[in-house]
Amino acid sequence: MSILIDENSTFIIQGITGREAVTMTRELLNYGSKVVGGVTPGRKGRDVHGVPVEDTVRAFTERMEVTGAIVAVPPAFAADAVMEAIEGGIKLIVIVTERIPRKQVAEFIEYAGQEGARIIGPNCLGLISPGKSKMGGIGGAADATQRAFKPGSIGVMSRSGGMTVEISNALSEAGLGISTAASIGGDAIIGSNYAELMPLFEADPETKGIAIYSEPGGPSEAMLAEYMTASKSRLPVVAFMAGRFMDAMPGMRFGHAGTIVEGRADTTAEKIARMEAAGISVAERIEDIPAILKQRIG
Amino acid sequence: MRFYEHEAKQVLQKHGVPLPKRSVATTPEEAETAAAEIGGPVVLKSQVLSGGRMKAGGVKFADTPAEAKDAAAAILEIEISGQKPMGVLVEERRAIAQEYYAAVTWDARAKKPVIIFSDMGGIDIEEVAEQHPDHLSRTNFSNLRPFSDYIAKVAVSKTGVTGNHLGPLTRIVTALARVFVQYDLTLAEINPLARLEDGTFIALDSHMDMEEEARTSQRALLRELGIPDEDTRLARPPTPFEVAGAQVDAADTRGVAGRVVEFDGNMGLVIGAGGGSLTLFDAVRAAGGKPANYCEIGGNPSVAKAAALTKLVLSKPGVEKIAVMMNVVSNTRADIMARGIIKGCIEAGRDPGETIAIFRIPGSWEDEGFKILRKYGVDFVDRSVSMHEAAARAVAKMGA
Repeated sequence: MSILIDENSTFIIQGITGREAVTMTRELLNYGSKVVGGVTPGRKGRDVHGVPVEDTVRAFTERMEVTGAIVAVPPAFAADAVMEAIEGGIKLIVIVTERIPRKQVAEFIEYAGQEGARIIGPNCLGLISPGKSKMGGIGGAADATQRAFKPGSIGVMSRSGGMTVEISNALSEAGLGISTAASIGGDAIIGSNYAELMPLFEADPETKGIAIYSEPGGPSEAMLAEYMTASKSRLPVVAFMAGRFMDAMPGMRFGHAGTIVEGRADTTAEKIARMEAAGISVAERIEDIPAILKQRIG
Repeated sequence: MRFYEHEAKQVLQKHGVPLPKRSVATTPEEAETAAAEIGGPVVLKSQVLSGGRMKAGGVKFADTPAEAKDAAAAILEIEISGQKPMGVLVEERRAIAQEYYAAVTWDARAKKPVIIFSDMGGIDIEEVAEQHPDHLSRTNFSNLRPFSDYIAKVAVSKTGVTGNHLGPLTRIVTALARVFVQYDLTLAEINPLARLEDGTFIALDSHMDMEEEARTSQRALLRELGIPDEDTRLARPPTPFEVAGAQVDAADTRGVAGRVVEFDGNMGLVIGAGGGSLTLFDAVRAAGGKPANYCEIGGNPSVAKAAALTKLVLSKPGVEKIAVMMNVVSNTRADIMARGIIKGCIEAGRDPGETIAIFRIPGSWEDEGFKILRKYGVDFVDRSVSMHEAAARAVAKMGA
C-alpha cells in the first residue's frame, strides 16, 4: 500500500502553462500519474501534453472527482491559488512554489484545516508512491524516478526535496524500497510535518519503517520525538541530521528558510539528543540508514 | 531582516505605544545636544543589530549633557558582535516600578502567531519560561479572523495581572499584535515594558524582525524608516566575495547559484541544493577538509550561471581545487552542470582535470554529463559513491 496517493489518484496542476510546470506535466504523465486537468487564468481551451486547461479549479471539480491539486504558480499568486483549490473542495494540495510569505502560508493552512484539506509544502518536490503515482517534480524524468524510487516498505519524509531523492535512492539500492516518500518542504511553517504524517504511515500495513532527513531550526524534530514517545509507534524511525556545522553559527541562514539557529532548541546537537531519547536512531551518513533500518525492522 | 531599536520604536509610536523621549545621535556632540534637549538623566544605547549590548558596554547612563557626550564617544567606539554601531539612542531615564515582557512571534507548532507575555520582564525570557512558568503566558491567535483586543487581555490576564494595570497593558499588547500582522514581522518584542513610578506604562526597549520575503510588499514602511534596498541587515555584513555570489545568482533567473558564504579553507565548494549543501558541507568537514566557501546551486541553473559561480569560487585566494557535488537530482541536469563548471574552470585559466577534485551529480542527463567530463579528464563518480564517500575522496586529493 502507500499513503496519500495511489494508482487511482487524479490531479490537476494550477499554473500548468509555466515553463517548469509544462516539463513536470510531461514527466508525471510518463510516470503514469493521472493528470486530468490544468488551470491557468485566460488559457481555457488549450492543452498541455494533451491535458485540458481551464480558467478555474471549479471547472474541473464540478464535473469530475479530483483527488489533489499541485500548485506551481509564482509566489505572488500562490496563496490565491491554494485558497481556490480548498474552496473547490480539493482535499490534498501539494505546493511546489518557493518564497511564499509566511503570513500567507499560515492563512491557507488554517483555512485548509477548517475545510478538512491536507497541505504538503510549500517549497517541496511533492509525493511519490513508487510504481503507482507521483505528485510534483519529485525524481524528475520518469526513468530517473523509477531508478531512484523502487516500491517497498519504507516511508520517507524530508524537509529537503533533493535529500528525499538521495535517501530514497539509497533505500532502493539496498533493496528496501519505498512505500511513499514525502518531500514536506523547507519553510518555517509547512502544511504537514513529520508528526502529522506519522499516523498515516502507522495505518499503512506495507510500511515497516521510516527514514527522515532533518536539519537545524524549527520544532519538527521535537514534535516527532514527542509523537514517538506518546504513541508507542510500531515503526522504527531513522533520522539523518544535516547542518551540524551550523550549531556554532547562530543567526546565520543557510539552506532553507526554516533552517536558522535562533535558540538552543534549534541546534542539531539538541535535536539529536531529543530524538535519541525518544528511540529514534540517528545516522551519521546517508549510506548508514538502510542497515540501521534493516536491523531495527528485524 | 532586523530593525534597529530606534526604528522599532518609531513603528510602535505610529501605533500609539507610549515611549520615552528620545533622539538618535551619530556623534558625541549630537548626543550632548540631545541630552540637553531631553533634560535630566539619560540612558545612551548603542544601535547595533544584535543583543548583548549591556554586557558589551553598549549601554551607559549619564546625568548631564557633558557626561552624555563622553558616554556616546565611548559607545560609538565599541564593536558588538563584529558590528560598529550606526549611532547612539539618547533616551530620557525614568524611575521604574515593575518590568514586563511582551512579544508576538510565529509558533511553528500551532502554525499561528503567538503572544508571549510575562510580568517578569527585563531578564532572559527563556529563563523565566523554565523557572517561573506561571509568570509566562502563551496565547495563539487566528490567521484568518481580524485581531480582537480580548486576545491581548487574555494573554496579560493569564499571568495574574488585574485591576488598573490590565487596561493599559492590554492596549500595548494589542498594538504589538497589530504591528506584527500589518508589517509581516517574524518577531515584535517589547522588553522591558515598564510600569513607571507615576503609574504609566512605557516601552523601554524593542526588537523587531521582518520577513525577508516581505521587503517588496513592505517598501512603504522601509521608505518611511529610511532603509535603502541595498541595506541587507544580515547577522554580519556580507564580504565582497559574498556580494559577488549574490550578483551571480541575480544575473540570471534560471535556477539558484548563490547563498555564498566565505570560510578560511583551501577547498572550493560548488554544491547543492538546500539540504544537499548542508549535508555535503558537513561531509567535507567530517573527512578533515577545509571548505573555502558554502554555496547552493540547483533548480536547473544555466551553463552561464554554473560557470559564473565556478569562476567566483576559483577567484578566492588560496582555493587549490573545487569539489562539485550534489544529491541525486530531479530537475537539475548533470550535463548542463558539467558544461558550466568546465567552462568556468577554463575561463579562470585552470585545467578542469586538475582543478575539479571530484564531480558527483547523479540523476537526469548523467550519461551526457559523463561524456563531457571524460573528455576533459575530470574525476567523476555516479550514485554508487555516496555523498560522504565523494567528499572524502575529494579531501584526500588536497595538497599535503
